[in-house]
Amino acid sequence: MSQTATATVKQTSEQRRNDEKTIFGFWVYLMTDCVLFASLFATFAVLRNNTFGGPSGHELFSLPYVLAETLILLTSSFTAGLGILSARLGKKRQVLIWFSITFLLGAAFLALELHEFANLVHEGNSWRRSGFLSAFFTLVGTHGLHITAGLIWMAVMLLRVRQTGLTHTNVKRLTMLSLFWHFLDVVWIFIFTIVYLMGAA
Amino acid sequence: MLGRLTLNSLHHTPIEMGGVATMVIAGLAVIALLTYKRRWKWFYGEWLTTVDPKRIGVMYIVVGLVMLLRGASDAALMRTQQATSVGASHGILSSDQFQQIVSAHGTIMIFFAAMGLMFGLFNLIVPLQIGSRDVAFPFLNATSFWLFFAGAMLVNLSLAIGDFGAAGWLSYPPLSELQYSPGVGIDYWIWALQIAGIGSLLSGINFLVTILRMRASGMTLMKMPMFCWSVLGSLSLIIFAFPILTVTLTLLALDRTLGMHFFTAGGGGNAMMYVNLIWAWGHPEVYILILPAFGVFSEVVATFSSKRLFGYKSMVWAIWAIVLLSFLVWLHHFFTMGAGADVNAFFGIMTMLIAVPTGVKIFNWLFTMYRGRIRFSTPMLWFLGFVTTFTVGGMAGVLMAVPPADFQLHNSLFLVAHFHTMIIGGVVFGYFAGLTYWFPKVFGFKLNERLGRYAFWCWLVGFLFAFVPLYILGLMGATRRLDHYDPSEGWQGLFIVAAVGVSIIALGVFFQILQLIVSVRQRHQNIDTSGDPWGGRTLEWATTSPPQVYNFAVLPEVSTRDAFWEMKKTRDVAKPRYKDIMMPKNTPLPMLIAIFAFTFGFAIVWHIWWLAAIGLFGVITTIIVRSTNEEPEYKISAARVAKMEAAARERYA
Repeated sequence: MSQTATATVKQTSEQRRNDEKTIFGFWVYLMTDCVLFASLFATFAVLRNNTFGGPSGHELFSLPYVLAETLILLTSSFTAGLGILSARLGKKRQVLIWFSITFLLGAAFLALELHEFANLVHEGNSWRRSGFLSAFFTLVGTHGLHITAGLIWMAVMLLRVRQTGLTHTNVKRLTMLSLFWHFLDVVWIFIFTIVYLMGAA
Repeated sequence: MLGRLTLNSLHHTPIEMGGVATMVIAGLAVIALLTYKRRWKWFYGEWLTTVDPKRIGVMYIVVGLVMLLRGASDAALMRTQQATSVGASHGILSSDQFQQIVSAHGTIMIFFAAMGLMFGLFNLIVPLQIGSRDVAFPFLNATSFWLFFAGAMLVNLSLAIGDFGAAGWLSYPPLSELQYSPGVGIDYWIWALQIAGIGSLLSGINFLVTILRMRASGMTLMKMPMFCWSVLGSLSLIIFAFPILTVTLTLLALDRTLGMHFFTAGGGGNAMMYVNLIWAWGHPEVYILILPAFGVFSEVVATFSSKRLFGYKSMVWAIWAIVLLSFLVWLHHFFTMGAGADVNAFFGIMTMLIAVPTGVKIFNWLFTMYRGRIRFSTPMLWFLGFVTTFTVGGMAGVLMAVPPADFQLHNSLFLVAHFHTMIIGGVVFGYFAGLTYWFPKVFGFKLNERLGRYAFWCWLVGFLFAFVPLYILGLMGATRRLDHYDPSEGWQGLFIVAAVGVSIIALGVFFQILQLIVSVRQRHQNIDTSGDPWGGRTLEWATTSPPQVYNFAVLPEVSTRDAFWEMKKTRDVAKPRYKDIMMPKNTPLPMLIAIFAFTFGFAIVWHIWWLAAIGLFGVITTIIVRSTNEEPEYKISAARVAKMEAAARERYA
């Protein structure tokens, strides 16, 4: 009896070490993503005035629209946080609810972004127009692609949690997913500031 | 339906067809051999699906060596062309072919030969040296290898279908833009590097976590073997530099495929930004490759001098100084671009500063040898060859770090000679030393010493013949990537000497292949029964050669540097108590991911959009499928471990 008890304790300490390793690895990955975005921000900074006779950010951006996007994304980060809290407490139903809300908010953000892109292209201001617009579409679009990846991941996790419950692996993966989601939030704040606020000024 | 792909894409000159035929015949030979020996099941079950870093390491090294041969044949073609294409004679290659071969040579040697050998050594040695059973993420590790393989295959495929980039190994725009390079060559270049580069980045993360989180109990960072320290430095560089490469390649691809204007000559693009970005990755890349070679030499010199490494702490600080400085020197690759005197001066000084930590390392190795009982085995010969050539080449580098001197030497063969001195004398000699040194650990028998010596001397002498003339030619004004010149320049004699040098190197390669064949045949004479054939100092020698799948039956405990050296002095004879060991299961999914990634890359190159969509969808689906399998591990029971250990001991008794 006591032998099995120590065995379980030992296994969990090994499991904890394993989890810690995985999450540390995920942090390192996020740092590489950070370098990736930093490079894109640098290219944007270099090309932001290369409008080549086309429109500048001042003429293109609608700040209220982008503010709406920002608030939606920030809220989704908050609900993701609530989802993780519920996961720690083992409340499966709440996890499903909070992450579903997060998913919907993320999808709404993506829809708004795509709408903005479609409008720009429709008005003849596509990425082909100028170096500035190439950099704009690429930086914001890369963030959008990350959001898309996050949404796919979230959909898979929602399904997994529904089927298999809050297993150890599922909680670990939800933790990483929420790290990813918060990270994208932080990147967006920089995009909002550097691309939109400074661009529209 | 097939995008840009037409039957015309298969038209080639005899030389290219020769290359294609060689690849096809080699491939068919492997298939025939596996079929004849009825080893397909073994090949699939034990190798293609493996997640064991020791096997992945061997596969990396095999691919790396094959690509090294391919890159070397490119070099031989270039040398032949430059020795013969004078005045009325136009040599054996057309201008465009020559530029393709130059580009392919650089790309292949750095990305697929050097990086392959490097990750091979990481996989083989790092887990063993830190006393671990595995890397942090075995599945990811296998995926990295297969992505690397997919990239290498994409480069090779360009020989058969379409062509390769002809804009140099770094494809500078605007030449590499659609307007000036409308074919598929640059696209092959982009996607081969992109796929392999993502593999490298994932490996970087994986091994960083492995070293920081999976060391044997008691092995603090300052008790780590020097090879692991140098790998850690290299990994940090990978983590910071490779995302920049990913971005740069993507932007060039967006320019070419979607008509964006990042680096175009018109439309508000900025070609100089590309040069900055690519070197912000490219310069650290040089140190990514050389730091592990330094690590190999640190192990080799200490072992073959039977002394502990001199100046351990200063060695560690030198590594980190190099890591830091390597991000502050990228501009020295384009002093002539016009950044202004102040900027050039800053980067010139930073570049010269790198010589200081490197010099510290050179002196540490020399002091390690001082009063040591030196054995001149092949790995030690590679070290001695390295330390002389590398120092001379390094001084040529310091010379070029002076911006006014660089204005003269920029783009000349002097530069080409300099970086080949660093890469052949440093990286190649280093990895050869490492391969010879660790070969008995991986395969259980030593390589033939005599043939190894022959190979070394051919390489060293051949190298001097091949590259000393290039220093002189550079000073005489010969520029790089020349496919033809006028006899009045008076260059031909030296170019012929350089071509002779390449043939001597080829003789060295011949001896290496012969060495491998002879050693395999004589394996029973050179068998390593002790697990410690050289009198080693670090943990990889504490286990059997080759190690069992779990590396260590009982995980070692460490209390000092040179842990195994100390263990040998106070060898514990108590009977080991085995425990159950959990190991990850083999899986075909990493290979599948790479097949889809390869499909995606090929489809994008040729603008076959539906196929690209399938490739991308395949990659994503495979990852999702993998994520549904929660316990991909199997157990080796304690009793079975005891049996395996006893069997291993009996084999050697």
